[in-house]
Formats: sequence, C-alpha cells, structure tokens
Amino acid sequence: MIPLLKAKEPFRFYTRLHLSELTGLRATTLVQLVQLIKEVPGSCVYHHTHRFLQQHQFLSPEPPNDFAYWVSEILSEKELGERLASIDIMQFSRIHDLREKIILVIEEYLKEERFAQLKFAREGEEFHFIKSVSFVIPTNYLVDNLADFVEIMKKITFDSIYFHIFEARLRLEKKTNDFSFWIEHSLEDKELADKLADLDPYTRTLDDLRAAIINIIDKRFSNR
Amino acid sequence: MIRLEEYVPIVGQSVIDDLKLIAARLKGKTIQHINSTSVGGGVAEILNRMVPLLQELGVDTRWDLIKGGEQFFEVTKKFHNALHGYSSEITKKDFEIFLETNQRNINEINTSGDIVFVHDPQPIALVKKKRDNKWIWRCHVDVSNPDEKVWSFLMDYIARYDSAVFSAPSFSRRLPIRQFLISPSIDPLSDKNKELPQDIVDAVLLKYKIPQDKPIITQISRFDRLKDPLGVIEAYQEVKKHIDCRLVLAGGGAADDPEGAMIFTQVMEKTKNDKDIHILLLAQNDIEINALQRASTVIIQKSIREGFGLTVAEALWKAKPVVASNVGGIPLQIKHKYSGLLCHSVTGAAFAIKQLLNSPVYAMKLGENGREHIRNNFLITRHLRDYILLFLSLYYPEDIVHLG
Repeated sequence: MIPLLKAKEPFRFYTRLHLSELTGLRATTLVQLVQLIKEVPGSCVYHHTHRFLQQHQFLSPEPPNDFAYWVSEILSEKELGERLASIDIMQFSRIHDLREKIILVIEEYLKEERFAQLKFAREGEEFHFIKSVSFVIPTNYLVDNLADFVEIMKKITFDSIYFHIFEARLRLEKKTNDFSFWIEHSLEDKELADKLADLDPYTRTLDDLRAAIINIIDKRFSNR
Repeated sequence: MIRLEEYVPIVGQSVIDDLKLIAARLKGKTIQHINSTSVGGGVAEILNRMVPLLQELGVDTRWDLIKGGEQFFEVTKKFHNALHGYSSEITKKDFEIFLETNQRNINEINTSGDIVFVHDPQPIALVKKKRDNKWIWRCHVDVSNPDEKVWSFLMDYIARYDSAVFSAPSFSRRLPIRQFLISPSIDPLSDKNKELPQDIVDAVLLKYKIPQDKPIITQISRFDRLKDPLGVIEAYQEVKKHIDCRLVLAGGGAADDPEGAMIFTQVMEKTKNDKDIHILLLAQNDIEINALQRASTVIIQKSIREGFGLTVAEALWKAKPVVASNVGGIPLQIKHKYSGLLCHSVTGAAFAIKQLLNSPVYAMKLGENGREHIRNNFLITRHLRDYILLFLSLYYPEDIVHLG
C-alpha cells in the first residue's frame, strides 16, 4: 500500500513539447561531422542524442543517438558507431561535457583509423544538424502524495516523462531527475529517491521507463 | 464533423489535453492559411482536416485560396518540377504570368491575420503585402536539389517571411530566416484511413474487377512522372517472373496538375497486354483508396522525388508492409528493415517486393512496427501540436521557452 503521507511541497507535472529547428548545416564526412559538433548550439547536441529515443520509443533494441546511427549505417564505421552508442550519457549533467566526450571519441578514432576520414555519405544521406526548441508548460496535474503521484504517472504523456527525466537532468542541468528531487526533498525518502535516480533511462523504451518507475515505488511499499 | 475527443481512443487523453494547454496560449491570435487549391493533393487534404480541429481548440483559424488560370498552373507545375531538380524551359513570360497572378491575389485577398501561413510556391509572392504581422512559408515539396534559377527567384520572397517550414531535413538550406522541420500527417479517422469492414473492401475490388486470387501489389499515386509509375510496372514485371501477382496502380489528378494526362497515356500503353495489371484513374474517392490499400499484400511508393509521401504513412497505418524509395520524407517514415523496406532502383524495389511476398511473417512484423511508428509520429494530433508550437515560436526566439 503506497502511503498517503502529505508532501511538504506538492509536485506539479510539466510537459515539454519540442519543435525541430533546421540549421541548414550538413556533414558528409567524419571530419566535417566533428567540426560541426564543435560549432553547433547545445540544443543541437541535445536533439541528436535524445530525439531517436522519443521518435522510435517502441523499437527495441534501438540506436540511441543520431551520430551513432549515421556513422554506422551511412559511413559503415561500425566500430565508431558502437563507441558513440555506448557513451554513458547518465554520467554527464551538462551538454557541454557530453559534447566534449563525443568529440573526443570521434577524434581518437580518426587518429587510429586514418582511412576513416576518406569515407563520405552519398548525396541525400548527409548528416543534417537540427536543434530542439523546447516549450515547457505546466499541466493541470498536481499531487501531494505518492499514491496520487503513481496514478498520474500511469496517464501522463511520454513528453511529460521525458521532460522530468531527461530534459531536467541534462539540458536544464539539474543534478538528478525531477521525480527523485521531489521525493527526496518533499517526502524525505532518500532511499526511494536514490533508486529512481539510479535508473538508466537511456537503455529503455519510454513505456518501459514508466513501468519501471511505478514498479520501484510499488515495490518499496509492498512489504510494509 | 470529427471532434477532438474522437482521437482519444487512438492517441490517449493526455495528448489531447496537451493540445488544449498549448492552444490556449494562442488566444486572441488569428491564423490565416493561404494555398492554391481546396481539393486534390496533400496540402488541401491536410488543411481540410486541420482547420476545423484548430477551430475546435479555440484557435481562430481561416483558410483562403488564391485564384489562378490555366496558364498560371502550367507555370507553377514547371516550378514544381524545377524545384525537384528537373530543369524545364522557364521563360521570362512564365515569371511574368506568375507575378501577375500573385499581384491580382495581393489586391484581392485580405491578409490581416496575425499569422499568415502560406503553403507552397504558388502564393509565395503575397508576402509583398506583409505589414507588422507574422508570415510563415510552408514548403511541401522536395527542394533538396532545386533548379537554381527558380530557387533564386523564390528566395527573394522567402527571405521576407519570418519563418519557413520544410517536411524533411534534406530540404533545408542555409536561409536568412528561421526554418523548422514539420512532417505532414494523416488523419486516422478520415475516410481514407478509418477501419473498414471486409465487405466494403470486397465490394470495391469487385467494382474494379480485381480478383483476390493472388497477391496484390499496389501503388496509390497521382499519374505523375515523379511518382515513377513506369518504374513500378517494371518492378512488377521483374517480380512476376518468379511470383504470380497482380499490380494495381490507382490515383487521380489534382486541379493544379495539367501534366498527369500525358503520363497516364504512357502507363496505359505499357500495360495494355497484361490482364493482371489494373490501372484505375479514380475521382477523389477516399473510401475506395482505403479499400484498395487494405486489400493489398504489399504497398509500393517508388517516387523519384517526394515532398513527403503521405501514401506511405497511410499504408503503414493499415499495418501493410511497404517498399518505398529512399527519397524526401520517406526515410522519416520507414526505418529500413524495422518498419518497411527502402529501395533506390527498380531492381531494388523488385527484390524487396519478392522478399515480402515470400516472407509473410517478416512482412507482418514490418507492418505492425510501421503502424506504431505512425501512431507516435505522423498522426494529425502531432501535426496540430507542431503547428501550434510553430505559431508560438514566432513570439519566442529562445531555444527553451517557459510558458508558465
């Protein structure tokens, strides 16, 4: 039974809707790709490391980011694609640091595999840089206890989950996800907060992520 | 008229709630769509669904049409082909006809909407009338490799808009204005996409004398060379050597497409000796299109160029396995080997069709994945959301917009 203990502060669910803005920038080689990754706005790096998760959330397994997908499928650099795909995004709390890591991985590969820089994409298969414009909007869902929180979790959109888990952490540069933050500070349940913070959202579909959050909360109170 | 609530069983209540949340932020603004035709083609089809839904959401929306004669539409068809990279002889006179018609429309159309949303090149020069309101140019065609003469002519006008919208990333170019990626969509409740009982499907096939005795390969498209109907016939002929099947080529014409009749004649000539090929020149009849898609074993869209390729989304929504060219917006809809098969040539298309006909379980899985991909990304509810955000973006230049 999930307790009805009242939180010090209520939790407002937000949603984040994004619009894709085109930059007109495109890369046909690895050298161009890494150069442009250095120059584009952070919202571009965010878009290309997170868009796939959301658009193809029903596909599993799935390539976790656009850079990895393009390098593997278009340039046929499977090893570099694997290295990019396996970057642990969870360890970064700033887009700046994630960008540096991506650049480092590609530049190291280019040093090791000199022929890689000769590969180029066919016309029509270039890498197009896009940035995410995010609109953050409060929803009408406001809860002040965990039982209601779980009920709302069951019906909020993927966009809302996405905002509180991914966007809050990385793009808005909070140290943890919003759910964990509220549970720790308003419900003073650090153990539960830590469990949710430890979830790796990058290796699940959004539906699985929703189920995992609900399951962790249910489990926490099932033996009480 | 279809109400927003009717989409809840398909996309969920929370998606509709989100639309209401953001639509409320446009209170007091008037949106004015302008294009060249109210029937035929993807733009009119989308606007016919979109405008009433925006109105239901409380967004004050109207839709105006420009007027143009036969000569004007012949010129815009030339522009259309040129933007797709096919150079045709475009004379000084053609540009004059284009500008004269636009000028007449500038004089006649009241463009006082807070946001004027101009679709495609035909009405592009109306932007000369821009005052202190916001103007958006929506490009529905594939301009990844345009004829530079026509593109540079249009650029003089594009640069005067506040924002431009394209359907695929490959269409984007360096522009002096903001540009957004918004894919078009299908309406799952429209006659073209709603569920149909089997007896209606059977009746439509009977009407067109298409026996259901062997696999049916179908392309639904206007008879337009950019849709490559002749290439589809060649792919079918290649498949037919190994697998007995039928081909259905069905489509109509749009009011702004005078070239279609010539292509249709070529198609008839090429298929006259094969009774398993069914060429259907359909008037706008969405239920029949729906039935033909549902009766198909494999659906093909072998376009040479494609603004987006809504027929692919329609087919995937019906959970059909699809073979389609890797052009325009099609790769956004099909992830190769996950939600369909992409091809680059006639032989590639034939090979993919054979794979699907010979592996029905694989074909079914691709179709199911395709349907979910369309549900998440290409239904009209997502399109409404993007348009409302686009309108809001005109008033918020930043990357993260907090609407408190």
